Amino acid sequence: MAEKRIVLGNCGVIDPQNIETYLAKGGFKAFVKARDKMKPQGIIEEIKKSGLTGRGGAGFPCGLKWELARNTKAKTKYLICNADEGEVGQFKDKYLLSKDPFTLIEGMLIAGLAIGAQQAYIYLRAEYHSIFDLLAKAVKQAKEKGFLKHTDIRVFEGAGAYICGEESALMNSIEGQRGESRYKPPYPPTSGLWDMPTIINNVETLMNVPHIINNGAAWFSAMGTKRSKGSKVFCVSGDVARPGIYELEMGSPLKELVVDLAGAKDIKAVQVGGSAGAILPVRMIDTPLSHETCLGSGAVVVLNTDRDIVDIVYNNMHFLNEESCGKCTPCREGSEVMLEILGRLIRGDGESGDISKLEDLARAMALASLCGLGQAAAVPVLDSLKYFRDEYTDRIDQSLFLRSYLGSESYKSEEVVI
Amino acid sequence: MSAAGKETSPSTFNRAELLALLKQELDKNGNLSKAVMTSLADKTGLPLNEIYGVSTFYAYLPVAAAGKNIIRVCGCLPCDIKDARGVVGSIKKELGIDPGQTTADVKFSLEQVGCIGACDQAPAMMINDTLYGNLTPARIAEILKSFK
Repeated sequence: MAEKRIVLGNCGVIDPQNIETYLAKGGFKAFVKARDKMKPQGIIEEIKKSGLTGRGGAGFPCGLKWELARNTKAKTKYLICNADEGEVGQFKDKYLLSKDPFTLIEGMLIAGLAIGAQQAYIYLRAEYHSIFDLLAKAVKQAKEKGFLKHTDIRVFEGAGAYICGEESALMNSIEGQRGESRYKPPYPPTSGLWDMPTIINNVETLMNVPHIINNGAAWFSAMGTKRSKGSKVFCVSGDVARPGIYELEMGSPLKELVVDLAGAKDIKAVQVGGSAGAILPVRMIDTPLSHETCLGSGAVVVLNTDRDIVDIVYNNMHFLNEESCGKCTPCREGSEVMLEILGRLIRGDGESGDISKLEDLARAMALASLCGLGQAAAVPVLDSLKYFRDEYTDRIDQSLFLRSYLGSESYKSEEVVI
Repeated sequence: MSAAGKETSPSTFNRAELLALLKQELDKNGNLSKAVMTSLADKTGLPLNEIYGVSTFYAYLPVAAAGKNIIRVCGCLPCDIKDARGVVGSIKKELGIDPGQTTADVKFSLEQVGCIGACDQAPAMMINDTLYGNLTPARIAEILKSFK
């Protein structure tokens, strides 16, 4: 039961509105070291050696990404902290931002040195407007200390769109456009905000950076698994006695998180990673939480034996369909049709071809969607078909029975309660 | 960066300021009506359809007339399994409105939204910028009454 307090270390300990409390705990030492004693390539090498991967869900190697931006010649470079946190089941970034904005700022400034970014943004979702002033004040205090000479930081507020957590939609949003995804390549490190090299990192990813610079890459890579180094902040919700935020070493078993720490009982399944996250049946409760197995953003929703899997998958798809930016056909139309099929299943109006239709659509959407929303939308559908297929076939059998029993002319799905 | 009160004109307008500008208009006008959008098109030099396209994309930029206080109830999985539908039902009982509607006295509008980042306090809702979690019918009635 080894909870970590690395990323969470200052939360509840420092005053998020007073930089002096952060400085007193050794704050900005890593930034000063990076600025005065290290070269940009040296900072990048350290982050690469540490094995730090993105903490927002995609898990891309952080150092490699920074190196791509550093090596692209351009007059302006940008850094963006992705604080859009719209993923279902995720609430760690709000907590981290409101309790310890200074570690984030320090991480951003180190990243800014490494890639050569003159301007940085903290893209804060509109729903977190209540912490806008706190963040702006923390940035102001850091500026007054003279830390923002190389990289200026501005807090930029979104306007309510889950898809703006996707990096290309996020950039379009900052540019004052509709938050639609972009065609890739090019990728942001070569061409991003206003076509300039841009690095987008999650809040938690950036908050790991000062620790790595202070303690060294070897300290960080000693924790975790082969491809997932360090610690991870998890959010647990759903059918648990103690929902909340927990930090564990990467590779810790799911059971430790949801049963030992969060107090889950009578588990049927756990969804890991958010609305398009993997659904694991209880027999897989010992699965290690890492990129290699199942991780995503670290949002963990526990479902007990009272819950209905098809209802849950419907809820996921409803959200994704609603939030789809609408630009690409596979996601816009595919999620709409999936929603219609799942809707008929939960209303008792299923048809025998429904499962194969869902599987076909899932393949098409995964291959052809422009961004992760469409590509991953079918993951809960496919996982639930793999592990809970009987819940789908039961629904279909019941629907077929009702239709044959009542006669298709007199059968109205709204009148039937299953 | 546009400071409050600085006049925007087509020659000085930077599109990166558009979202902030739209929010400023919202603070003044309550919603982005066609009249407001048209005047913004003039001020910025952007075509009206671009202003319309951006406004209608984002959930926090209402185009239709909204109530003074906007209630947003989360319907995502962690809140749904903790009876988010019951929250909507309680609000209907107190205010007589369904999601998508505004009270006759224009005091409240109700919307069903996606995850607001309060999953450990499910079921949860926001009213304007304030989050309310661990909702019960009694707590909902109390919260709504506190809005004069």
